[in-house]
Amino acid sequence: MKVSEKDVLYVADLANLELTAQERQRMVKDLNSILDYIDMLGQLDTKDVQPMAEVVTLAAQPTQEEGSQKFGYAMRADEVRPCLTHESAMMNAPDTDGTYFKVPKVIDKSGEVSE
Amino acid sequence: MNLDALTIEFVRDLILRKETTATALTEEFYKKIESDDPKIHAYLTLSKDRAFAKAAEIDGMADRDEELPPMAGVPVAIKDVFMTEGIQTTSGSRILENFVAPYDATAVAKLEAAGAIVLGKLNCDEFAMGSSNENSGYGPVHNPRDLSRVPGGSSGGSAAAVAANMAVATLGSDTGGSIRQPAAFCGVVGLMPTYGRVSRYGLIAFASSLDHVGPLTKTVKDAAIVLQVIAGRDPMDSTSGDVPVPNYVAEIGKPIKGTRVGVPEEYFPAELDGEVKAAVERTIDDLRVAGCEIKRISLPHTRYAIPTYYLVATAEASSNLARFDGVRYAFRAKGAGSLSEMYRKTRDGGFGAEVKRRIMLGTYALSAGYYDAYYRQAQKVRTLLARDFQKAFAEVDVIVTPTTPTAAFKLGEKVDDPVSMYLADIFTVTADLVGIPGVSVPCGSTKDGLPIGVQILGRHFDEATILRVGHVVEHEASRY
Repeated sequence: MKVSEKDVLYVADLANLELTAQERQRMVKDLNSILDYIDMLGQLDTKDVQPMAEVVTLAAQPTQEEGSQKFGYAMRADEVRPCLTHESAMMNAPDTDGTYFKVPKVIDKSGEVSE
Repeated sequence: MNLDALTIEFVRDLILRKETTATALTEEFYKKIESDDPKIHAYLTLSKDRAFAKAAEIDGMADRDEELPPMAGVPVAIKDVFMTEGIQTTSGSRILENFVAPYDATAVAKLEAAGAIVLGKLNCDEFAMGSSNENSGYGPVHNPRDLSRVPGGSSGGSAAAVAANMAVATLGSDTGGSIRQPAAFCGVVGLMPTYGRVSRYGLIAFASSLDHVGPLTKTVKDAAIVLQVIAGRDPMDSTSGDVPVPNYVAEIGKPIKGTRVGVPEEYFPAELDGEVKAAVERTIDDLRVAGCEIKRISLPHTRYAIPTYYLVATAEASSNLARFDGVRYAFRAKGAGSLSEMYRKTRDGGFGAEVKRRIMLGTYALSAGYYDAYYRQAQKVRTLLARDFQKAFAEVDVIVTPTTPTAAFKLGEKVDDPVSMYLADIFTVTADLVGIPGVSVPCGSTKDGLPIGVQILGRHFDEATILRVGHVVEHEASRY
């Protein structure tokens, strides 16, 4: 088994998930079954292969420009444009004072960060 | 009115000739939805005010004999992963219940600017994660061709709405097959354009390097018309390509004689369903008769595509979905004493099982000690997959494969086995990883009457060729 319940707890913590005891058990089972399947990637020799994070470069049309200049179109002028109003940006928030998003207390009176 | 016969051009023509009005047509579609959707569940939200306002605008133009835009009065619907200003937008997730989008996605704005009437928002797998629509936080969609079967996913509502004549065309998104696979299962056309062909602005992100926006329609020509409307560079999406948009509609009906068609052996494994295999082989024969040159090719890394996809997609998803923390949007769990407790309780209560599974897998693949073995290795294999296609497209113009290994499966059949569910996308994921366009076109049906789809893949930004070939396939398949 690649993933134990302890690993699941650790990863859930990184992902800001809590998971019930039942969900954790199911997660151990599912992650192990998926990772067993994924293991086949290890069979491939990729020592001299460059990783690929995106396809824009691959799909780019031939151009005279070099390097990042080829993607000059992706840049835009640094100028003020219309954007969402404060009101519409906040209209879906569960709790606001009209100016800021409100959240539970982060630091208590003694200055300790609450968990 | 026979809604089945309505295509985009036909609708525009009816309005132009004043045989109907956009308002009357909109009313008719809402009646159809009210009578048929309770058993299919394709719609999550109806946007009647917005639809009738737009219909009135189109009718005004027709009354004044103004030039009508290309999609004038065409009833469309939008997968619920797209932002629609003033309308609830859930992404199929309880965590966005009651979220009202503050702006329009570019693709939605372009459809409306072209005269389309937005009837409402369509059901889908939560955050577009799924192959059966059973992961929706609002209940599954049923396949209109057989209600005991899934419509496919994640754009299950988008495919079902077109198949059941509850919209003339719909918008979907495709990250691993989510437009093409449900199109095949429901017997409609589903087009995934090249990565960057259509702006992703306002599409709620699942995996940013893999997400594509595209149409589901009844005909290949309709897919070309919608693509014509939504394609193009958008300053709001820096990954949208600065590539001229050709006249896709003019490609429909052009001869395909001399087109080199690649048939990859890896897409016809022994376990491929016999009826699917027969239908796709018959399509390949039809293309030969139409003057295409058929070439057997090999895409040797095909079997590595699913594991690669499930690492790349989940890694990106774990990062994209970090924004759902209960601070800015919709759902926040009650009763948390601290900020971190609020994050956890909100995410635990708001996300469904599959979304949690993918966040966990993605977080694991990116975590210290596993990054090189999983995420980085997957990115390297992505390069190998891209090379397979580069080599193939040096010899052929399009690649033809089955869209799915089987026809639509039963609801509940695969829910307990994530790997078997993931394999439903085995023929579609690679195009997403490599960014090439693909279209699924109906090419026959099983003896039980379930639709079968054939997939046509093309070079980057060469939607014109796959649409041209797709149109011929569609024409030939109409005989069966």
